[in-house]
Amino acid sequence: MELTVGPNQFFWKPDPWSDLYDELAQAPVDRVVLGELVCSKRLPFYQDRIPAAIETLLGAGKQVVLTSLALITLKRERKMTAELAEMGVEVEINDLTALALLPEGTAFSVGPLVNVYNEGTLDWLASKGATRICLPPELPLASVATLAGRARDLGVMIEVWGHGRLPLAISGRCYHARLHGRTKDNCQFACEDDPDGLQVSTMEDQPFLAINGVQTLSETYANAAYQIEALDQAGVSALRLSPQSAGFARLCQLFRQRIDGELDADALATGVRDLDKDVRLSDGFLSARPGVNWSGKALAPL
Amino acid sequence: MEIVCPAGTPAALRAAVKAGAHTIYCGFNDETNARNFPGLNFDRAEMREGVRFAHDMGSKVLIAINTFPRAGAEHIWHNAVSDAAEAGADAVILADPGLLAYAAQNHPALRRHLSVQAAAANADVINYYAKCFDVKRVVLPRVLSIPEIAAINAETEVETEVFVFGGLCVMAEGRCSLSSFVTGLSPNMNGVCSPASHVDYHEDNDALSVRLGGYTIHRAEKGEPAPYPTLCKGCFTSADKKGYLFEDPVSLNAEQLIPQLKKAGVTALKIEGRQRSRSYVAQVVRNFRAAVDALEAGQPMPEGMLAQLSEGQAGTTGAYRKIWR
Repeated sequence: MELTVGPNQFFWKPDPWSDLYDELAQAPVDRVVLGELVCSKRLPFYQDRIPAAIETLLGAGKQVVLTSLALITLKRERKMTAELAEMGVEVEINDLTALALLPEGTAFSVGPLVNVYNEGTLDWLASKGATRICLPPELPLASVATLAGRARDLGVMIEVWGHGRLPLAISGRCYHARLHGRTKDNCQFACEDDPDGLQVSTMEDQPFLAINGVQTLSETYANAAYQIEALDQAGVSALRLSPQSAGFARLCQLFRQRIDGELDADALATGVRDLDKDVRLSDGFLSARPGVNWSGKALAPL
Repeated sequence: MEIVCPAGTPAALRAAVKAGAHTIYCGFNDETNARNFPGLNFDRAEMREGVRFAHDMGSKVLIAINTFPRAGAEHIWHNAVSDAAEAGADAVILADPGLLAYAAQNHPALRRHLSVQAAAANADVINYYAKCFDVKRVVLPRVLSIPEIAAINAETEVETEVFVFGGLCVMAEGRCSLSSFVTGLSPNMNGVCSPASHVDYHEDNDALSVRLGGYTIHRAEKGEPAPYPTLCKGCFTSADKKGYLFEDPVSLNAEQLIPQLKKAGVTALKIEGRQRSRSYVAQVVRNFRAAVDALEAGQPMPEGMLAQLSEGQAGTTGAYRKIWR
């Protein structure tokens, strides 16, 4: 099983942004997706760092992929998206607009924010040139297995969310700006103070969600530690790890050891908690339960 | 402009047609549509009869099959498309590319509309859906301002339909798993959001806590109204601030924007609320029909006619005004 690092969902300052990819060049991961997923206003702050990051990662033998935005509305965003393919690396579409704007016949990959729920959509994307699909985190194992079976016949690789705060929703409205009493156009980049998103709690002070500009995430970190054998049996080719500020290179290493059979699920979960003692884990979606649930045990294989 | 009106039941369909709706949209009573609530929607016979009634009265019927088919069970959605064609629907409203491909291939004569659940938010992707699946109309996601809608219409031949009244999704539609995160049931997979089966009320210290999937989404002091706990309109805390972090418990009312929407090139105005009563539906339709007829006749728009029907008496024009973002 391969390990893919997903695009950084958060707004990091340029130096920590570059440091992440320098570290990942040395980390035991196969593939790195980078670029801006959430908000086009962030990109100018680190855009000039992208070519060097690509070069470093390619030099270290990693597959490198550029993500599209998750929600494309403005003319500027359409132009940005149309130019993605010119960077010379594979594009991961996270909005079908990016597929519409790719030169016809270009091979591409599909990120978790494109709705791939069934064989028909999988067939259609494969016919357009999709070679790898990271499934929506909402899907239960039964759907994952059905889709992985079909994907194998089509020569498409299937990837599943392995670790990280779940991207639950995307909006036209910026919640960081709203919290600070501003509009999106005058956000003053309120999201840059929260490198892992800003926690949202219920009225009873239960941690619940996290806001990240126009994106809403789970407060929990979804983690497939206990489902790796079941996913492997289902035919899943790769796990996706989503960057976080605490010990991410170490987290990649732990997952690598887990996949290689050097760590069991308990040891991986413990290792992940050691990186951030306050972290809460979840894995409900894979077992067709509320996504926030945490099993702490393996799923019975299908 | 065309008024597109919801019908959750055959009675609501008849009421809406009689009240002057140009077009009705409705769904089958299963997981194929995004308002899959107990006691709502049409069985196959009711659908055939509803289409016949609407056509006799000069109205059209659109059938929403706008959830995302479940892997391994696509035949349920395929059958829904075939049954919609057989019932004589004027169009189907679809969101899933796989299902659009199925419909285009197997029922090419059945007109296809792109559901709001596809969240197609710019002209490039709308034109791409038209090229791939020959969709004739797109229901625009509720993230766009009026100038953006005008810009889209300038770049596409696909008709646009926009929501003008009723419940308001704050998130891009079809791109939201908040509901399944706490209940296991989602709009995309199950056709429900924040389902009533997962709501409970808990009274303590003279306050009423409203919970969804065990999480307190709202708390009302004694005597205060407790709004339905739709997740994105709940009351939360973050960084020491307490309030409606995503959206206030408001509903959309864009009646005063109808002239601007017409100028922006919009073809059809959509009213949300397949879960609403037939009297509500009839009243909303009558008012919007009056507004549209006044506009077409060059007369001033009637004012404030629908405020009392809005949830919690508070209306918003949503993303149509850019400041909402």
